[in-house]
Amino acid sequence: MSMNVVTFTIDGVEVKSAPDKTILQAADDVGIYIPRLCYLKDLPPGGHCRVCTVKVNGRPVNACTYPVAEGIVVENNTEELHSLRRNIIEMLFVEGNHFCPSCEVAGKCELQALAYRLALLTPQMPYLYAQKELDATHPDVYLDRNRCVLCGRCVRASIYLDKKNVFGFENRGISMRISVNSNDGLKDTNLTKDDKSMSVCPTGCLVVKRQGFTIPVGKRPYDKKPIGSEIETKTVNS
Amino acid sequence: MSKPVVATAHFTGCFGCHMSILDIDERILDLVELVEFNKSPINDIKNFTKPVDIGIIEGGISNDENAEILMEFRKHCKILVAIGACALTGGVPSMRNLVPLKECLEEAYLNGPTVKSENTGIIPNDPDIPVLLDKVYPCHEVVKIDYFLPGCPPTADTIWNALVALLKGEPLNLDYELIKYD
Ligand code: SF4
Ligand code: SF4
Ligand code: SF4
Ligand code: FES
Repeated sequence: MSMNVVTFTIDGVEVKSAPDKTILQAADDVGIYIPRLCYLKDLPPGGHCRVCTVKVNGRPVNACTYPVAEGIVVENNTEELHSLRRNIIEMLFVEGNHFCPSCEVAGKCELQALAYRLALLTPQMPYLYAQKELDATHPDVYLDRNRCVLCGRCVRASIYLDKKNVFGFENRGISMRISVNSNDGLKDTNLTKDDKSMSVCPTGCLVVKRQGFTIPVGKRPYDKKPIGSEIETKTVNS
Repeated sequence: MSKPVVATAHFTGCFGCHMSILDIDERILDLVELVEFNKSPINDIKNFTKPVDIGIIEGGISNDENAEILMEFRKHCKILVAIGACALTGGVPSMRNLVPLKECLEEAYLNGPTVKSENTGIIPNDPDIPVLLDKVYPCHEVVKIDYFLPGCPPTADTIWNALVALLKGEPLNLDYELIKYD
């Protein structure tokens, strides 16, 4: 047995992977989609959202942070896990203030796309309608915390890709918010609209101004194809 | 055999969902063959005259009249189907839920930039006008809803497929493209 390959199964399918990968990376490589929200290729995993929960030998773990290992038995595409993921998505909807019909990222929003893929017809938990601040101080971009899912992608992208450290988290639990590392909002930072942190936001929380509603309905990324199809359809060269 | 009876209601919405019902185009001819319409803004029948098989609800619940009629629908209809973002989540009208009702009314009738004369604006308070609730509520928070059709509005195909499935007693499975929140 080669030391450079581990073999394990996902939903009974045999998967081979380099030993230094996470379950999610190994699955991506062979065209198996594990739903995820806070994970983004090219960023270190955050492990915040739990949407990528799979079972390893019967125990729930984050696929985006859990390393592959020889012989592990991974469950991914099961109704039990989908229902858990659906609950997480539903909570994100009712904890935020998401008015999709008037949102400029509808159709390309990953939160919405996950709801569609998991066939969540509508959230039914009670809405919180929590007060969340909008930061429109910057000339080119705005931050609408009403639509934030606290995935932390902007935080990580700003640090690791832009080398800037514009964003952070403040408070804990239900009062947690994304914060801006300045005294006077986004205009007081060195953030630009072309920064990587601007393009990684999965929702309509961090948005470039004056660019909304450019793609017609029917042509938007998730209008016809579920999120994850780009992984499932990719050619597998093993 | 008598035809299944359908009723529809419009609450706090824009009538776009009813427009989408009419948007089934020539299939509307099949529909009138298949079902009989009872209370609905489409035919202007004001009161229920018989038990209803399927009640279709557009719009969220923002005032006492909405709530009363929705409860009446629940009483008269075997199956209640909520259609559209407004009925399912409160939709665009529920954006007011982020602002206390008193402030909303004061902005609209007393302090807003389009209120003309100073000190003379009044907040309408006629007994004939429905009383606004503190928030706009999704229908399922007021009565039990049996089926949800998302969209703003749901497409004519969504509504048609759902109606046909319900009339045939088949399970309601929406294709991926028909599940939309906008
Ligand atoms: S960010 Fe996504 S989920 Fe939130 S309102 Fe916009 S489209 Fe809907
Ligand atoms: S602003 Fe966007 S990228 Fe940043 S945490 Fe919120 S949702 Fe995630
Ligand atoms: S869901 Fe959209 S189309 Fe239907 S009533 Fe509400 S705003 Fe109008
Ligand atoms: S994608 Fe793994 S925890 Fe968010």
